[in-house]
Amino acid sequence: MKSGGLIASTIFGFTRALSHALMSEEIARRRGLLQALDPRVRVIGLFALVLAVTLSRRITVVFALFLVAVMIAVFSGVSIRLLAQRVWLVALVFTGVIALPAIFITPGNVVATFAGGSLRITAQGVATAVLLIARVETAVTFTTLLILCTPWTHVLKALRSFRLPQEVIAMLAMTHRYVFLLVETANQMHESRQSRMVGRLLAAERRRMTARTAGVLLSKSMELSNDVYLAMRSRGFQGDIRILSDFHMKSSDYAGLLLFLCAGGFAAWMGR
Amino acid sequence: MAPLYNLQDVSFAYERIPALRGLSLQIAEGESVALLGANGSGKSTLLRILDALYFPQQGSVSFCGQSLTQELLHQDGFGMSFRRRVALVFQNPDVQLFNPTVFDEVAFGPLQLQWPKGEVLTKVEATLELMKIEHLRDRPPYRLSGGEKKRVALASVIVLDPDVLLLDEPTSTLDPRSQSQIIDLIQEWKSASKTIISATHQLEIVEDIASRVVVLEEGKVAASGAPAEILSNHELLLRANLIHAHRHSHGTYEHSHPHLHSHSKHEH
Repeated sequence: MKSGGLIASTIFGFTRALSHALMSEEIARRRGLLQALDPRVRVIGLFALVLAVTLSRRITVVFALFLVAVMIAVFSGVSIRLLAQRVWLVALVFTGVIALPAIFITPGNVVATFAGGSLRITAQGVATAVLLIARVETAVTFTTLLILCTPWTHVLKALRSFRLPQEVIAMLAMTHRYVFLLVETANQMHESRQSRMVGRLLAAERRRMTARTAGVLLSKSMELSNDVYLAMRSRGFQGDIRILSDFHMKSSDYAGLLLFLCAGGFAAWMGR
Repeated sequence: MAPLYNLQDVSFAYERIPALRGLSLQIAEGESVALLGANGSGKSTLLRILDALYFPQQGSVSFCGQSLTQELLHQDGFGMSFRRRVALVFQNPDVQLFNPTVFDEVAFGPLQLQWPKGEVLTKVEATLELMKIEHLRDRPPYRLSGGEKKRVALASVIVLDPDVLLLDEPTSTLDPRSQSQIIDLIQEWKSASKTIISATHQLEIVEDIASRVVVLEEGKVAASGAPAEILSNHELLLRANLIHAHRHSHGTYEHSHPHLHSHSKHEH
């Protein structure tokens, strides 16, 4: 990976994402707590919990919701290790970068000083940063659980049943398939370039090559997206998602929905 | 009787790069036609026009006597019936496989056409068996080999039992065994009186898959006739870039002749 630089590591990341996506279809087919519920209940229920997380101002409530997310993951057969690697670590890095300045710039009680007193960490700053990171981690965990435990076509059908416009659904359906093709194309382009290269290029040449590759990939991707859409149209796709399994609400689905909404409402009230 | 397809003076360009230039063609119901042409001769564009995915920028196309327009396709009754009757297998199977499993892929078309669920299940099972891909049913299509992808792509359209099959390079990139299986299938469909229009540049399969050959050259029909007649016209094939002059030596004597074969079948 080292020798390939930016492009190689980006493509490696894409390829990893591709295999993760394939794995998520497998998780969605397993038996588990979330998988047993109607996809519409999963969408509304987890959205209610995400809303509660974002509204909550108390760290204890956010932590409680995080624990709920972990329990749902365990009972739905989602590996905690997978969540830690794919969600928590990535969210921590991204949110950490955004939250870091808050530690220093939020006024309050100073708990530590650096660089001869010019950098001061305040207790309120730390609390703000921790709350932000915890909120993001918890909200992203709920969203990931929805995606992992629900086949993509079911998510789309559930969204459509909430009257989301046909155009948005068509766009989401195509994007999902098209991302796989794009990753494959990028991978092939990279391999073909590697097979014709000897030694290392200069940094400037590598940058030019990256820009050229990005340009070619963009034009190829436009052609691909058009072809994928035509192939869907050719088989009768008109924007509505039709799948074999019909959605039927059972009493357990109503109970699940009630539980989700009560938990979300209670958490939002406690965290106000 | 009106032809199944009637194309009159059809032109189509991609951002000012012409693909079809005033093409006129009639195709009768139950006919098997091979569209022969070099890369860029307009074969794939023509197939997309026949599948009403593209519409001519000039000229007209009619299907069963009705002018094929975007407005007509948007009418639920006609749109549904057309999509059931006409099916296109794309050259690149990857663009055609967008479902999480092979089973879902084959079921996609019938579900879009709102077939009853029981019928969808029965037809999908029968098609998987017909195409000998039952063992792939739960596999994600992106993880299949090239030959398997092509079979799934074919299964995904023949499940609809279409009357008209449009095949874009049906045997390209396939190994000889898969090629011969696909040719066998096309011959079965031919004998079932289906209309089969295949775009190809593989001369060696033409006689097996078609009773008429249409040669395309720079977006126009350069010739049309029986396979034997077209394949024996070396001048036409050379001009249409379908064969090339092959130069080789026998000892000290060097000569050249038209090169007709693909590398799976040598016929000097």
